[in-house]
Amino acid sequence: MASDTAAMSDTDTDEGVRRRDWIHIAALSTAGVGAASVLIPLVSQMAPSADVLAASSTEVDVGAIQPGQSIKTTFRKQPLFVKRLTPEEIAEAKADDGANMRDPQTLAERTKEGNEDILVTMGVCTHLGCVPLGAAEGENKGEFGGYFCPCHGSHYDVAGRIRKGPAPLNLAVPEYSFKTDAVIRVG
Amino acid sequence: MSFAWAKQYEPKSAFTKWIDEKLPVPRLVYNAVGAGYPVPRNLNYMWNFGVLAGFCLMIQIITGVVLAMHYAANAQVAFGTVEHIMRNVNYGWMMRYAHANGASFFFIVVYLHIFRGLFYSSYKAPREMIWLLGVVIFLLMMATAFMGYVLPWGQMSFWGAQVITGLFSAIPLVGEPLQIWLLGGFAPDNAALNRFFSLHFLLPFVIAGVVILHIWALHIPGSSNPTGVEVKSESDTVPFHPYYTSKDGFGLGVFLIAFALFVFFLPNALGHPDNYIEANPLSTPAHIVPEWYFLPFYAILRAFTGDLALFGVTFVPAKLLGVIAMFASILVWFILPWLDKSPVRSGHYRPLFRRFFWFGLIPTMIVLTICGGAPAEEPYVILSQVATAYYFLHFLVILPIVSQIEVPKPLPFSITEAVVGGDKPGGTPGGDPQGVVKGLPGSASDGSLQPAE
Amino acid sequence: MTIRLGGIIAGLAITAVLVLWSLVPGFMNFAFGPAPEKQASYAFYEHGEGPEGGFAFDGPLGTWDVAQLQRGYQVYKEVCSACHSMKFVAFRNLQQLGYTEAEVDAEAASWTVPGIDPNTGETTTRPGAPTDYFPMPYANSIAAAAANNNAIPPDLSLMTKARPDGSNYVYSLLTGYEEPDPEKAAKLGFETPPGLYFNKHFPNVNIAMAPPLVLDGQVSYADGTEATIPQMAKDVAAFLTWTAEPSLVQRKQTGWFVLGFLLFATALAFLSYKQIWAGMKPKKK
Repeated sequence: MASDTAAMSDTDTDEGVRRRDWIHIAALSTAGVGAASVLIPLVSQMAPSADVLAASSTEVDVGAIQPGQSIKTTFRKQPLFVKRLTPEEIAEAKADDGANMRDPQTLAERTKEGNEDILVTMGVCTHLGCVPLGAAEGENKGEFGGYFCPCHGSHYDVAGRIRKGPAPLNLAVPEYSFKTDAVIRVG
Repeated sequence: MSFAWAKQYEPKSAFTKWIDEKLPVPRLVYNAVGAGYPVPRNLNYMWNFGVLAGFCLMIQIITGVVLAMHYAANAQVAFGTVEHIMRNVNYGWMMRYAHANGASFFFIVVYLHIFRGLFYSSYKAPREMIWLLGVVIFLLMMATAFMGYVLPWGQMSFWGAQVITGLFSAIPLVGEPLQIWLLGGFAPDNAALNRFFSLHFLLPFVIAGVVILHIWALHIPGSSNPTGVEVKSESDTVPFHPYYTSKDGFGLGVFLIAFALFVFFLPNALGHPDNYIEANPLSTPAHIVPEWYFLPFYAILRAFTGDLALFGVTFVPAKLLGVIAMFASILVWFILPWLDKSPVRSGHYRPLFRRFFWFGLIPTMIVLTICGGAPAEEPYVILSQVATAYYFLHFLVILPIVSQIEVPKPLPFSITEAVVGGDKPGGTPGGDPQGVVKGLPGSASDGSLQPAE
Repeated sequence: MTIRLGGIIAGLAITAVLVLWSLVPGFMNFAFGPAPEKQASYAFYEHGEGPEGGFAFDGPLGTWDVAQLQRGYQVYKEVCSACHSMKFVAFRNLQQLGYTEAEVDAEAASWTVPGIDPNTGETTTRPGAPTDYFPMPYANSIAAAAANNNAIPPDLSLMTKARPDGSNYVYSLLTGYEEPDPEKAAKLGFETPPGLYFNKHFPNVNIAMAPPLVLDGQVSYADGTEATIPQMAKDVAAFLTWTAEPSLVQRKQTGWFVLGFLLFATALAFLSYKQIWAGMKPKKK
């Protein structure tokens, strides 16, 4: 632009220096706006496509899960843990509600009313995204009897709350609702 | 870099000075497409197409990289992933239509660029190397476009791959093994699709490299111009920026309007409906033709219908003749600078040449395009044979002879004289143009005569 | 000089080969040879003009007629889907036809799609979900061919883009069934063999598909539109245009916006260019 105007004022004779400048500024800014708006499709094409977004809800049959058992399924292509707590575990989790925690949450906040025994969490460690152990039979459940992430040693309690290790947050509880007593719809 | 009066880049701030010492990219740009590149002042709109071709290459690379993020080169799913792009990917339809029509517009622009070069004899000394590199770019473009057309894995993709690789089977002895090697199988399938995708991704960057050489070679003698008279003095030129950046900016706008019309309103007009049918190795489309930009060469390929035979002995089968002629029709451009030895460049000052160009070559190309797209029946076959014969005669026979016998019209003394009509021999601008010349940026220097040759 | 001499010789040689071995024999044959008994031509079928009044989506300002698309979907579901798949379209896409989320759920559930029993892992069927794609009517192409007199019913997702002037073609084909015309057949050398049907708009003239729309009122439209054969053909042609290019209307609307912007930008670029060159091009004397 600078050299534009320089060239202009060189050839300029008498009238309309400002008008000329105005035209060049307008033309260049319009071109800039055009180039910038090309970025919209170029950037948004990398966002999830329509089929990916549409597939982002999952239905899980929780009726067959026995107390103390968990199942691993997938939600948005990530592992999802659904666990039916035993009465002892519920009591333990409630007892710990007031404990000193990094990310304080009560069991009631992490489950649905009336279905306090169903704990639905993402199976993604909030530290760096590994899958914690403890959902399957015989796996290391960590020092608090919930989940244990082997990557960097994060310990989650029975309600999936972070109690020890580097993870900053509790295992995430996705949005879900009970379609019937036995079926939940996640997402 | 070519003329003594070219303006020099002068970094102003401390930062630009520092950059200029360490990595003088701003200087390079300044000298290549900035105020440091003096360009003949009389270029017409036909000189817009070089910049536009570069812009097309950029469109193709950007949209192509985006499409490659969503496409899968596997015969099982390729067609489906293209539909996925069209239906699910955000703005996917826009990217794909821009890429598909971008290929066509790239060829439109490049054909105009080539035929501008042919009319104004831009291929002549001292610009032979620019022309040769341009032909290399054109060949690379053809390869890239062909392989790109295979990727959607529709019916035309599949049968195009079959037919084009089949050309190589015409070569004696090694032909059939060569075709199988090219395809990595006995028919186009995964292996072929994957290698075409790989090469289709690679070649545009090779093209970009040759484009840089093309522009480099251009900056040594500088641009040609519609008079064909070389630049003699500073008054013959204007700095590229802002004069030609503004003109190219306007040209780009016109180009984009035409491009947008096709992308948004006629996106499939230049394609074939058959390519929306998934590839089927068991059924050939009724009427198989290449994309429009290959039609003239396809017509030359098909023009040879008879084996070269004497006394019952076949020396060269028709299929091989066609293949040789098709490749020769482009390779002949490589020797063009040495076929046309007329000292006059511009067609404006060559009455005989001009007649052969407008009434010979151009109609021939149109006829070849029509015949290439027409079914192989009369009268198209005979027409394409006549046009093919003229095509080769034009370059190989007519141009050398015309350049010998033609009496060219008198040339203007200089570009300035051609523009303003008042330039006296000696290069001193007189009367009317003086004000203009004086007004030129950087014209305070000597204004010396410097013949470019 | 050598190059030019070589070029002239090569040029004359190529021309001689072309003229003597291809052009002359071809011309002699064309001019004096026996005329071919029947000229095989690429275009012996009639180009379909499409419905009277055209479609709502025609032209640069065209837009979807949502009610028509819903009717066309009904025709596809009740008539075409028995034999024709539509594998690139998902039930969720129906939302674009003006159905609500709940209606799409219900519509999807009314289709049966292949599934896997979560307990045994055996293949089974289940009601469709919005994320499912329209099911294939046949297990594979062999089954499709076997059930249809060896002609595989093509997938309809892209049909209107896979034929020249596709929307009009689909309409014309569906309304173009006729009694075989013996006169025409004799002229072309095409008989209509048993099991095929004469249709003047089909590229082969004889089509394997039995007339799919045979009765007025074959489907009962929910919106009360009278379901004549041309009406059903027009509706389903519109629907198949949508399945082939769901972004058609969005594309045209974006196009107007882009064109407007480009015209404005180009006008400015032109003024800027003229300003910069002002005084550079004095008139010739």
